[in-house]
Amino acid sequence: MSATAAADRTNVYQRAAQALRNTRLGEAVRRTTDKFRFARHRAVAGLDDFEALREHARSIRAHTISHLDYYLAQLAGHVEAAGGHVFFAQTAEDAVEYVLEVARRHNVRTVVKSKSMISEEVELNPRLAASGIEAIETDLGEYIVQLGNDRPSHLIAPSLHKSREEVAELFSQLAGEKLSADTPTLTRFARAKLREAFLEADMGITGCNFAVAETGTICLVTNEGNGRMVTSLPRVQVTLMGMERLVPTLEDLDIMLQLLPRSATGQKLSVYTSLITGPRRAGEADGPEELHLVIVDNGRSKLLGTPYQEALHCIRCSACQNVCPVYRHIGGHAYGWVYGGPIGAVITPLLRDVADWGELAQASSLCGACAEVCPVKIPLHDMLIGLRKDTQAVRAASWEERLLFRLWTKVMASPKGFRRALAAARMLQAPLVRAGRWRWAPPPLSQWIAERELPAVASRSFRDWWRERAASSTGTKAAGVRPAAKAHTTPRGGSRP
Amino acid sequence: MRVALLVTCLVDAFYPGVGQSTVRVLERLGVSVDFPERQTCCGQPAFNSGFHDEARIVAAGLLDAFAESECVVSPSGSCVAMVRHYLPKLFAGTPRETDARALADRTYELCEFLVRRLGVVDVGARFPARVVYHASCHGWRGLGLREEPLLLLRHVQGLELVDLPYMEDCCGFGGTFAVKFAPLSAAMGRAKEAHAAATGAQVLTGTDMSCLMHLDGTMRRQGSPMRVMHIAEILDQTVDGAEALGVAAASEEVAV
Repeated sequence: MSATAAADRTNVYQRAAQALRNTRLGEAVRRTTDKFRFARHRAVAGLDDFEALREHARSIRAHTISHLDYYLAQLAGHVEAAGGHVFFAQTAEDAVEYVLEVARRHNVRTVVKSKSMISEEVELNPRLAASGIEAIETDLGEYIVQLGNDRPSHLIAPSLHKSREEVAELFSQLAGEKLSADTPTLTRFARAKLREAFLEADMGITGCNFAVAETGTICLVTNEGNGRMVTSLPRVQVTLMGMERLVPTLEDLDIMLQLLPRSATGQKLSVYTSLITGPRRAGEADGPEELHLVIVDNGRSKLLGTPYQEALHCIRCSACQNVCPVYRHIGGHAYGWVYGGPIGAVITPLLRDVADWGELAQASSLCGACAEVCPVKIPLHDMLIGLRKDTQAVRAASWEERLLFRLWTKVMASPKGFRRALAAARMLQAPLVRAGRWRWAPPPLSQWIAERELPAVASRSFRDWWRERAASSTGTKAAGVRPAAKAHTTPRGGSRP
Repeated sequence: MRVALLVTCLVDAFYPGVGQSTVRVLERLGVSVDFPERQTCCGQPAFNSGFHDEARIVAAGLLDAFAESECVVSPSGSCVAMVRHYLPKLFAGTPRETDARALADRTYELCEFLVRRLGVVDVGARFPARVVYHASCHGWRGLGLREEPLLLLRHVQGLELVDLPYMEDCCGFGGTFAVKFAPLSAAMGRAKEAHAAATGAQVLTGTDMSCLMHLDGTMRRQGSPMRVMHIAEILDQTVDGAEALGVAAASEEVAV
């Protein structure tokens, strides 16, 4: 469970190649992300002025994050005024310790959890288990992931890398009988199992989609109602939130709730949107006796005041994952930590360590699809370029790459260098290219030709042609006089050496 | 009208025919074309890889090359996106920042130039073939190049333009990504190829030779019968040109 890539020594290149070989994984990921992205597309098209809404949301996030200390203090004040407890956790360890302490105080034996990426980030579950506390994930996807001793691979659909058959297998093991792989059977089974857990649990642990500073309200968005159960049945509620996950007012929350479900699953509204302010009050029918809000920094404040501050605007909708061609081929685990896809490639090095995790920024074709769909307009692909640069400042690129770019700079610095390089390339390629096809190439071109053909450098470059043409036209170079296209007999002449 | 051609290093070295087509299409429309020979590369490979000092050295040459040009046109959405969006950032706070901004303001991708600046959608081309258009990322998203290439293709005589499913999904080229994540890049290329093949098109076209080099290389390795052509090459086709190309359906129609 806690086998994050910090422990395993693979790099992202190896993990990506390995994930790619698992064709079932790629198919499962593309199937679900396709469903999400096309639904998102329809939902967004159905809005009068999506761009205006997006810009509004961006400005709310920008304002909030640039006044984070003010709004966090306001939030804490209102949570406490409503009878809740607030704890600021500087590190993952602080957050975990606090939760364990609360659990010990209440003699907690069983915990039910609703989906929370931050609890994955601080690695809460293994620590609960080590303290003899049974924690049960109640989001269906998380439940599947937990049963498989696996990790979530997507922000909102944690088990999307698993096929229905794999889920049936897991559930059958637990049931002690063979269950069929149809959705009603599987969900009925999970529902029965989870219902027992809800009734038994002493503590409910949730994540937090948004906290509202002006009221001290915690907003949970779910489709299964499990969030509501986790926060109404157990005696104690603990909510973990990343320190950036807040909005100033309920009005701002309204804007975010228009964007989050649409960007995530294409829904106009999630099935359950729960607003929780404080523990149960006198006369109320349900709710916890005690409520704790754990606000987790864990590296986030490092981003404040840097060119990457906007990464804290993220509302974890997963739209960038769903459109990312890299994520769609390799899934989330290949990124090595809890956050996959473009936002993961950006925040993992920033929250953890650029020297160790900066290589994630390479796992992108810089296609920009992520930034295009981001509901709060985070320039993710520009941040990836920035991270590629920053990574080099703390950890030099490979000597091969440095040599290559030194050579490239020499070649490209002047037309003379360029001409010479073309001449050299023509000589060097002559024995290697047959019928326009490279038989062998040195690295890094060997990587290219492993699965693709590579064209040869043209025997006559464009600049050669231009010079010859200028020489032959000897001053009669009038536009449109040349006979059209007749000379153009080798349209892709470049592919023939 | 007079324009300077930013031919791109890739076209210059590997695909001179694309540069020639660009020149001919522009000249056919009465635009006079200049090719400042000082140009080499826009610096994007180094910039995207995090080698910004190196990128600055090379891109400075581009600023020099086009210092006198009123209007710069290039058959690459990617290089134009580099010039327009990233050179001003790359040179920010240096003595050449103004030059970079000025060049960014007067550099156009070919289709963008034809449709938006010249107001031309019919360049007088004829190319009887079934064609799919792949929207390269830096043109589609970087420059917002949406309708321009499609308008130009729809006005080519005899050309049947068919929709490419997942048109705006990345082909997997991605510059150094293509070698750093070679298996992944190749898999993305094959996905694009499969989508193109499903349309029954004879030709796949686009605005960027980098993506097209990757896709052409993928298709050749897969033994695909599909041809890959830059949009400038299609716009360059007249009746005679189509014959010379020898695209199956085209030759059936125009063969005498």
